[in-house]
Amino acid sequence: MAAPARQSGPSIMTTREQAASEVSSGGAGRNVRLTDENRLALYTMMVDIREFEEQVQRSYLEGLVHGTTHLCQGQEAVAAGACLALRQDDYVSYTYRGHGQCLARGMDVEAAFAELFGRETGVCGGLGGSMHLTDISRGLIGAFGIVGGGIPVAVGAGLSAQLAGRGQISVSFFGDGATNIGAFHEAMNIAQVWRLPVLFVCENNLYGEFSRIDHTTPFEDLVRRAAAYAMAAVIVDGNDVEAVHEATAEAADRARSGGGPTFIECKTYRHRGHSRTDPAKYRDPAEVEAWLARDPLITYRAGLEAAGVLPVGEADAIIESSRSRMKAAAQQAAAAAWPQSHDFAAATFA
Amino acid sequence: MPTEELTYREAIVAALREEMQRDPTTLIMGEDIGASGGPFKTCLGLYEEFGPARVRDTPIAETGFVGAALGLALTGFRPIVEIMFSDFLGVCFDQIVNGIAKHRFMSGGRVKVPLVIRSIGGGGLRFGAQHSQTGESWMLSVPGLKIVCASAPDVAYTMLKAAIRDDNPVLVIEHKALLSTKGDVAIGTEPDGALSGPKILRTGSDATIVASLAMVPRALAAADLLSAGGIEAEVIDIRVLRPMDTRPICKSVRKTHRLVTVEEQAQVGGWGAEVAAQVVHEAFDYLDAPPARVCLPDYPLPYSPVLEDAALPSPEAIAAAVRALM
Repeated sequence: MAAPARQSGPSIMTTREQAASEVSSGGAGRNVRLTDENRLALYTMMVDIREFEEQVQRSYLEGLVHGTTHLCQGQEAVAAGACLALRQDDYVSYTYRGHGQCLARGMDVEAAFAELFGRETGVCGGLGGSMHLTDISRGLIGAFGIVGGGIPVAVGAGLSAQLAGRGQISVSFFGDGATNIGAFHEAMNIAQVWRLPVLFVCENNLYGEFSRIDHTTPFEDLVRRAAAYAMAAVIVDGNDVEAVHEATAEAADRARSGGGPTFIECKTYRHRGHSRTDPAKYRDPAEVEAWLARDPLITYRAGLEAAGVLPVGEADAIIESSRSRMKAAAQQAAAAAWPQSHDFAAATFA
Repeated sequence: MPTEELTYREAIVAALREEMQRDPTTLIMGEDIGASGGPFKTCLGLYEEFGPARVRDTPIAETGFVGAALGLALTGFRPIVEIMFSDFLGVCFDQIVNGIAKHRFMSGGRVKVPLVIRSIGGGGLRFGAQHSQTGESWMLSVPGLKIVCASAPDVAYTMLKAAIRDDNPVLVIEHKALLSTKGDVAIGTEPDGALSGPKILRTGSDATIVASLAMVPRALAAADLLSAGGIEAEVIDIRVLRPMDTRPICKSVRKTHRLVTVEEQAQVGGWGAEVAAQVVHEAFDYLDAPPARVCLPDYPLPYSPVLEDAALPSPEAIAAAVRALM
């Protein structure tokens, strides 16, 4: 894994060849920050995110989820790896494709399902929905349905952290598409000029909604955006959970000690379409196949089994257990009452 | 409490200074507000007193720093942002309308957003079409925001203090043509009720004139003109556009039987339409004439002094609108 810059100026790996060289190393066992217990926790968290999203999909087909959803299967390593490097009192902003971050920060899954189902027991009382899961007690300051909308907000939380002086940081998760919108650029500039403890974690899954990156963006390595702001930046294999963790941990260390922001580009892939109504038929089947072969759950499981961290066969038990837990949580959520008598005035104004 | 004669600008500075002294979680961000004291000197002396961490010059990036204010508000601070010209509210519309206004609601009422957007708007200074709008109705249809308009030094002072203490997002619209107007300000007054709604500034029995911002002094001048001709107008400063409380206006119209609204923006989509609709609904049987609205003409504000002056509602034009209802 490439070390992010320690100096104040930018240090950027810009070639996909370099990123690819990291990809081949397979994951488990290289990140010296991690204990075997951490590794199992990372794997289990990725399984939980996958099983949560698969259950969301099943629940959607049962008519329990309303409107639309944006699922993150394939991108679990980014949320799991990055969030393990954070403290309880750090802040996180994320997007409408943010279920993974919520789970990785410990959101109660039954309350999350109940929110998706529009029930009274939802984490936002049924007022938010799939795109707006929020839990300030876990530093989950908000999911933003507007592309790029949460990035300046994370910068504000970073300023808050800097002013509070307790070594907190703020992390903004967003997709490749968001790097084309003004809010991203204004936020990057402010974070760098004020040396804020902010990590910009870009999940580059190659598609902004329905459009491939080469139709919308002049290059595929989005770390080049960071160079424009003289910001430290790194490309990591976003399907390698330990690489994501290490990049985040290094950037977090730097941010906590006053070293300013870092842009972390995670190369990953969205297994499903943009949203529920998108079968994603615009994608090259060969591209899909190549990325499915690099499914972070499959590769990490293989790495952990090869390293002897995960006894062969135990992964199946972890998956089965997670699936049951998600199913039970969804059933509980589906049995919860509809919101009947919200105090809308109190929800609108404090 | 001591009463001092202050300019509108000095009243804004005094309110900011006192609230920043009172609460260490307050801070102000905006373009050129630090060592320079602000383009309109509405932060004069604050940088020297509170330092660069709490009086923070930003890049020219309203989306960035207004969005950052939301992040600060969600994590324990009470940010104030200055929008140099209300016209620039358009630059950060998304952060205000989709973010700041909705964040508490979407969380199920589980977060607070104590945040003030101070926005300096208005015409009359020959600044042309992109630097003269009040923007007062731009966000009128957005639930989750409080929108208030400061028409005089004492109003600016108490309203801003109340906005800073409020646990919700408040858009405070100030008017640059009023910055050097003077008035008595009761320094140290607790700002209780300053966001509570319309205020009667002059009583009268023949017509009700409701105005905002720089149209308030013009409405008062119109009332003087009318009084000389034997017509007594009641003049109300609407003050709070959101949440709009039209009960005092309806009560006034039940007495005067006539309504004229005066606002420095186009008629279509203005707050006068909402006031008229509510008065018609609540006091229909009391009206002796259809409500009238005095607004800007339906074109952008022109630059040339003669053209700008002709476009802005004058006391004579307001008085004429009242007479037409008699």
